[in-house]
Amino acid sequence: MKIVQIDKSQWASGIEKLKEGYRVFAPVKNKLFHDFKALEKGEAGDFDFQNTRLSPKSTVYPQSEILFRFSMDKHSDDYRILKEEEKDKTPKAVIGIRPCDAYSFELVRRNFDTPDYQDPYWLEEYQKSTFIGMACSDPCQSCFCTSADTGPFDEKGLDALVVDAGEHYLAKLLTEKGETLFDAAGWTTEADASAEGRIEELKGDVESRLTSKVGTEKLRSQKMLDLYEAPFWEEVAFSCINCGTCTYVCPTCWCFDIQDETFGKQGVRIRNWDSCMYPLFTLHASGHNPRGSKVDRVRQRFMHKLKYYVDKYDNGIQCVGCGRCVQMCPVNIDIRRVCNMMNSYDPESCVCEVTSA
Amino acid sequence: MHNPYYPYPVRIDEIITETEDKSLKTFKFVFLDPEDEKRFAYRAGQFAELSIPGQGEIPIGIASSPTEKGFVKFTVFNTGKVTRYLHSMKEGDIMGVRGPLGNSFPWETLEGKNVVIIGGGFAFTTLRSSIVHMIDPANRDKFKDITVIYGARSPGMLLYKEELEAWAERDDLNMHITVDGTDDPEWKHHKGFVPAVTEQEAPKADNNTYAIVCGPPIMIKFTQPVLDNLGYGHDQILMSLENRMKCGVGMCGHCNIGKEFVCKDGPVFTLDQLNEMPKEY
Repeated sequence: MKIVQIDKSQWASGIEKLKEGYRVFAPVKNKLFHDFKALEKGEAGDFDFQNTRLSPKSTVYPQSEILFRFSMDKHSDDYRILKEEEKDKTPKAVIGIRPCDAYSFELVRRNFDTPDYQDPYWLEEYQKSTFIGMACSDPCQSCFCTSADTGPFDEKGLDALVVDAGEHYLAKLLTEKGETLFDAAGWTTEADASAEGRIEELKGDVESRLTSKVGTEKLRSQKMLDLYEAPFWEEVAFSCINCGTCTYVCPTCWCFDIQDETFGKQGVRIRNWDSCMYPLFTLHASGHNPRGSKVDRVRQRFMHKLKYYVDKYDNGIQCVGCGRCVQMCPVNIDIRRVCNMMNSYDPESCVCEVTSA
Repeated sequence: MHNPYYPYPVRIDEIITETEDKSLKTFKFVFLDPEDEKRFAYRAGQFAELSIPGQGEIPIGIASSPTEKGFVKFTVFNTGKVTRYLHSMKEGDIMGVRGPLGNSFPWETLEGKNVVIIGGGFAFTTLRSSIVHMIDPANRDKFKDITVIYGARSPGMLLYKEELEAWAERDDLNMHITVDGTDDPEWKHHKGFVPAVTEQEAPKADNNTYAIVCGPPIMIKFTQPVLDNLGYGHDQILMSLENRMKCGVGMCGHCNIGKEFVCKDGPVFTLDQLNEMPKEY
């Protein structure tokens, strides 16, 4: 593996060069927050950020996406015949993604890329993207990535990991895709032999400041119906207003709706992010609703992330510990607390540990 | 890469109004590209998304049998936005069919067994598919005794009436048709609810007998104790579920019950499996 050193004065000019071959996505300041945006010419992004308010899942999986177009013209030969939407084939560069968010794509891929079916929209966008991570130097209070199989310097899901070493950046090139991108940006100066040690030192320092820990080790062996029927769901859900914020900011929430829209003689079939927090999500045409109450829906979200996913893939929880839902929840529902409750639940005594975080 | 969201274009070849209240119609579709019919190779118990560009999609059980060639049939209850529109469509209209989807009834397991089919109301569509499949001359020898118990509120609410009468005449099929009630003096079949008829007419369980139960929740609730009394193991009772769904391929997240997706891991589950799942259906 190669480590390169990037002079900070070469950072913005490298990003500018990348725009010749890539659509470049990077954090951009939006009032008080940062969001991932496609950079225009001359825009360099703003890397002085903790994390973006919304996760970068939209770089691969847009909030609204056209799947097909069709004609609503009764006299046309292709009336009501779907045609696949033409997609931009330009490679994408996602620069400055946090390691937790990069890892989220690996979790989500298990849903969209299965032995039986592949989602061509998600998969093509994912495959044409190069993910250049930026290690965290300043984790949030609500971050618990090290309890979620990832961490501030984690390399999973990344093509390169950039570390801010103060006077310059150090970057580990992890894949061929990453090397190609660094060549295109002109970031090719090999770092000296001390670089690897320097990265490890910074990593140790940041990890020691991540004090928020969550227990997940017993989730797999808990009986699903025991957790489902546990007495704490009413209490967990009590203050929830089913606003759906947690699902929209979450990097690993992938649920979607499909809707048809027509404009005169043209129509599109689009998919939109959807949320299990909403009653319409499961409402039958008959009026029956299998998850008709707020408690049902709150339980579904946590059970999906912390039990159903764990059982289905036997590969950890469907959460990367980014802490967004903890920060943004208007009523302070905290997934760390719920995870600890589920993990420590004893069905014999119906008791679980309740912690403040 | 095959796009699982792409519906095959079809033409509505025939529309049959099934019930006296006109709330159920059977739509017979012909694929515009005959190659699509081969791509749509299906098994009894599977479903498909009926796709009307501009309106949306609805998951509906396949009512035709794989043994019937040249078309695919669905019986649709007029209940929501898309079904209401579909009921207003005409023969010759173009729309889409996406699938086949779901796991089907477990035909490998059912071969060599006695099969009891218990259906109620309009949940008889994939059961029709199964019956036509089993009594096809090429398949009938693969199964032992076949018993069918099918009930509706009144004679006018039964689906596939002509076929039901023809099946009742056969000697290789124990056919029991029932209605909740009727004042028709000509009515020659059972009167009474499905659970009661099941109690009288269903064979006692043994290791070689499987029951397939599809119907409204109230019918299922009262049929299950009857099957328990007859000795059916919960791995010998098969049910087909419905939930709101969008993608049909296990990705959109709408139809999950626990870690299972009704669309992909179901819609057919054994009662044993259902007992291990939350009651979110």
